[in-house]
Amino acid sequence: MIQAIAFYFFATIVVGAAVMTIMSRNPVHSVLWLIMAFFNAAGLMVLVGAEFIAMLLVIVYVGAVAVLFLFVVMMLDIDFAAMRAGFSRNAPLGLAVAAVLLAELLLAVGAYNAGGLTLGSPDGSAMQAADASNIEALGALLYGKYIALFEIAGIILLVAMIGAIVLTFQPPKPGARARQDVGKQIRRRPEEATVMKNPEVGQGVEL
Amino acid sequence: MTAFFQSLGLPYEWAWTVATVVAIVVVSLLVMFSVAMVIYVDRKVLGAIMLRRGPNVVGPFGLLQSFADGLKVFLQETIIPSAANKGIFLLAPIITFTVALAAWAVIPFWDGGVIADINVGLLYILAISSMGVYGVVMSGWASNSKYPFFSAMRASAQMISYEVSIGFVLVCVVLFAGTFNLSGIVNAQQGFGLGLINAYAVHPLLFPMWVVFFISALAETARAPFDLTEAESELVAGYQTEYSSMSFALFWLGEYANILLMCSLNTLLFWGGWLPPLDIPVLYAVPGIVWFLVKTFIFFFMFSWIWATVPRYRYDQLMRLGWKVFLPMSLLFVAATSGYLMAIGHFA
Repeated sequence: MIQAIAFYFFATIVVGAAVMTIMSRNPVHSVLWLIMAFFNAAGLMVLVGAEFIAMLLVIVYVGAVAVLFLFVVMMLDIDFAAMRAGFSRNAPLGLAVAAVLLAELLLAVGAYNAGGLTLGSPDGSAMQAADASNIEALGALLYGKYIALFEIAGIILLVAMIGAIVLTFQPPKPGARARQDVGKQIRRRPEEATVMKNPEVGQGVEL
Repeated sequence: MTAFFQSLGLPYEWAWTVATVVAIVVVSLLVMFSVAMVIYVDRKVLGAIMLRRGPNVVGPFGLLQSFADGLKVFLQETIIPSAANKGIFLLAPIITFTVALAAWAVIPFWDGGVIADINVGLLYILAISSMGVYGVVMSGWASNSKYPFFSAMRASAQMISYEVSIGFVLVCVVLFAGTFNLSGIVNAQQGFGLGLINAYAVHPLLFPMWVVFFISALAETARAPFDLTEAESELVAGYQTEYSSMSFALFWLGEYANILLMCSLNTLLFWGGWLPPLDIPVLYAVPGIVWFLVKTFIFFFMFSWIWATVPRYRYDQLMRLGWKVFLPMSLLFVAATSGYLMAIGHFA
């Protein structure tokens, strides 16, 4: 009973927020509705017992990715009228994307009804999730059967990160910009930075 | 408590619902009461260190000052700037306040004294605290004013930066405890130090991590010396500039509830939670919640003490500390901790 109420509550909000994401006129509101959808999708994950995935969804998508979205959208200077002017021109493309997504959804439902793939343990049978908690079951899979794929994904992400740093890094041109040496700043003491003078009245100071 | 409502003739799931709602109300009210009291303590400590009296007019020793302030803001008019985005402007303080209270759901006050004893308690805290940034960003944007917007940018960059190192510190603790459940982490600390001390922080690998966690907690809650989000000499009052009356008070209460949460996390993760400091049977005669509150209060006192003592960081130094000092250091300690635990056969 309570599970059903919770399910319909979360599901309604997810669908409603998703609709509002594409319907709202202000892009910042769109991003906020999207965050609402993420958050309630996490609620649905908790209901099916995948609490680890739910928490990761909130930490990664809501806590990090969506903040960056929100930043970019807030900083953009968007002309709403110009955006809507191209609607009729882009409508066929949008309809095509929508048709592909609908076909994929139908395919997914058909595949689900035909019975799921067995990806669990080495002999092809599904993972026994009876006693193991979410984290233990996932850890056993990721660091056991899929260790190679997991490591490859890690290396790819590392390379992407280094690539981003290399692309944006500008080596300091000599004399072009003052560089800060934090150690030097912290070591600085009043005695070497200031000087006390006690000049006679009307004499002035020569430094 | 579920059993009590079941004895009144309710079926299990409704008894559970009623019991949970009652627990939520009780914990929320107690947290709000504690927030009112620690605001008073904060001002008293600050006054004592600055050789002032602090609040001393309302009630005995000024104890009712926070409640008088609460009544005052409640009776004031909420002013909404005409250029503000009204809905988001009003939503932002509500989000800050709600998120600050929601995190208390997984905090165990004594053995078993917790609303939701879930397996992923620590991840839940991380998830909720990463939601906290939205209150700040939304208020900064919706105010449609330059100082709040600057402040929102600073706040979100600061909170995301320090959450990274907090995450790695938590990994070290979880490696030792072997669980994400907060009650499990506290129980794993019993007799941890030489079979006598109930605390993780006495271990040479975990003490530096506690220091990193404590400083990151200051940055995460935007307390001095990291209060750049409301640096009054640069940003008027930061993201709260355009807020008045209750909408301002919700930010204020949420901020202090977050500070208390960080203090209690220090207690739970590193200093043994509801366990007495030493594993001696006599000390267990004192109820667990007393130990929990005393330890949490000591950390809150340290927060106030630091506020009164140190000057504000420069923003580039704040970022340097987070990314160039704490992040490599905590990564190194994750590797060192897991190596050490494998070497002594902790996981066998």
